[in-house]
Amino acid sequence: MSRIQKTLDALKAQGKTALVPYITAGDPNPNATVALMHLMVSKGADMLELGVPFSDPMADGPVIQKAVERALSHNVSLDDVLEYVRVFREKDDKTPIILMGYLNPIEAEGYEAFAAAASSVGVDAVLTVDMPPEESAGYLQALDKEGLDRVFLVSPTTPESRLAAVNEKGSGFAYYVSLKGVTGSKELDIADVTAQINRLRGQLSLPIGIGFGIRDGETAYRMAQLGDAVIVGSALVSLIEANAHHDLYDIEIAIGKKMTEFRTAIDRADALKGQE
Amino acid sequence: MTVDFSKFPDEHGHFGPYGGVFAPETLMAALEQLTAEYQSLKNDPVFLGELSEDLRDYVGRPTPLYYAERWSESLGGAKIYLKREDLNHTGAHKVNNTIGQALLAKRLGKKRIIAETGAGQHGVASATVAARLGLECVVYMGADDVVRQAPNVARMKMLGATVVAVESGTRTLKDALNEAMRDWVTNVDDTFYIIGTAAGPHPYPAMVRDFQAVIGREAREQVLEKEGKLPDALIACVGGGSNAIGLFHEFLPDEDVAIYGVEAAGHGLETGEHAAPLCAGTPGVLHGNRTYLMQDKNGQIIGTHSISAGLDYPGVGPEHAWLKDIGRANYVAINDEEALQGFRDLTKYEGIIPALESSHAIAYATKLAPTMNKDQVIIVNLSGRGDKDMNTIAQIEGFEF
Repeated sequence: MSRIQKTLDALKAQGKTALVPYITAGDPNPNATVALMHLMVSKGADMLELGVPFSDPMADGPVIQKAVERALSHNVSLDDVLEYVRVFREKDDKTPIILMGYLNPIEAEGYEAFAAAASSVGVDAVLTVDMPPEESAGYLQALDKEGLDRVFLVSPTTPESRLAAVNEKGSGFAYYVSLKGVTGSKELDIADVTAQINRLRGQLSLPIGIGFGIRDGETAYRMAQLGDAVIVGSALVSLIEANAHHDLYDIEIAIGKKMTEFRTAIDRADALKGQE
Repeated sequence: MTVDFSKFPDEHGHFGPYGGVFAPETLMAALEQLTAEYQSLKNDPVFLGELSEDLRDYVGRPTPLYYAERWSESLGGAKIYLKREDLNHTGAHKVNNTIGQALLAKRLGKKRIIAETGAGQHGVASATVAARLGLECVVYMGADDVVRQAPNVARMKMLGATVVAVESGTRTLKDALNEAMRDWVTNVDDTFYIIGTAAGPHPYPAMVRDFQAVIGREAREQVLEKEGKLPDALIACVGGGSNAIGLFHEFLPDEDVAIYGVEAAGHGLETGEHAAPLCAGTPGVLHGNRTYLMQDKNGQIIGTHSISAGLDYPGVGPEHAWLKDIGRANYVAINDEEALQGFRDLTKYEGIIPALESSHAIAYATKLAPTMNKDQVIIVNLSGRGDKDMNTIAQIEGFEF
């Protein structure tokens, strides 16, 4: 059983929703990443999503675009990201790690070499924004061989026919993109997400994580009532941006505070579910 | 060679290992819908009738195939014909495609169109068809290109389009494409994305090629009429590669017709400051398709340089990548200096001011023609006119504008 499945199963047994924070690896500098990963776990993260910087992040909004630019100004590569994971694993072999990024850095490395390297340092899953199930045969084979979970995106526009492919080819969980837009944009339409998650539950046997546009405790509270995992990114990354020129300590304070806001809200939602 | 070129791309948009659909999930349904709609319309006589009427009465097709006699004689080799895409309404080949895609947008009931642009020709062509159909139009353009192609920015605004200067990344065409994709992901319900080149996720490379293929169909007929034989060589500049594939496509099965795509060598291939992924890049995935890219060893896209904004792009249409690999087309590169000389030559000998993009094809012809006999024939795609480049030229030549 994969580390992700183990984690989600255990949380489910306790009636809990996973909190999954995202940061871009190497943002604002390479020294910050491992420390922030540990910090987020200490503040209630159940899994971690680590963004792999890519020069052309076409599904990301301005907040994550700038995070990627900060990381790339230090030439952070896919190999560097794997190195951060290796160092993180020296002190934490429990928290699942999902790499999120774009296909080209993986293409450059080669699917098999990448999967072997990722697996050996303790990565658990890979989410590649511009790799839909249709093109994924060789990629999936490589991930499978190394026991890595394959997370696919599902969006408000995903038709039924494609949900079947995600359910069949994905593993770990399905990542529901809760709005039409780039990361960090607009306000979520709670009623719309509710209807969509109900639709997905009928089609997907995978657990569902919800992300994009969850910026505060209140939204996280709502989303925790719907999903198995709540993914937060731009809300945290914007705090890194605001403190990018300060000490790591200042970033940790800001991220810690925001994580606590999310964790508290999700726990509140879980407690409510427990009473039903 | 026994390739049946009509069988490419396959139904999933693959040209051999290139092309495909590497798009974010939010766009997949829209791309599937567009593919289905295009498949059903591309052989529909009503749609094709409407398209060819627009091309004739609005764009001004067929464009002439002009024998550049004085220029040819100055080079002392092959006879050079120019396919005069510069004479299209809006001044370049780009409108052939925007007319077609706008008809599709109308059929799909979209109220808003978006486009990316480098040199501004595609932006102008998009703004033009949007004005004609009464659609809202937003054009994304790299902030650097907004400056160097100012006349086209003014034209777009005049036509009622909103021009968004993109400040992210390298502030050129690739970043405009990223931003247009972000817009499309956000507004996919009511928005049609008119991609300007034969790249992007399927069905765009095939669809744009089909709309541009009118160039080669006309040229083939015209050269047969004038010369009684097929040309010996075709030359076209390649950025994303839509004018080139438009000229080449009809001639692909004609094995004796040599094909040359000309990339931008910028400051020189050896300097690394260029925009020549086919000549000096490696395969990868960007903007929805697998193709040759300018990238570093880590798969990061690297900055490009060309004097011409329209060629200043780190990728290239997937069909070109495939034609390179199978050896059907040759890809060469012309640097900024050589392109400028081509620009001056054509202006001087023929009284035709070419776009800086097209000047790369002109410059390659000046190299190729002298190596050929006087009874041999070259067709150069004169993809656009140079009015838009007056700012750049004025700076270089040191005159007030």
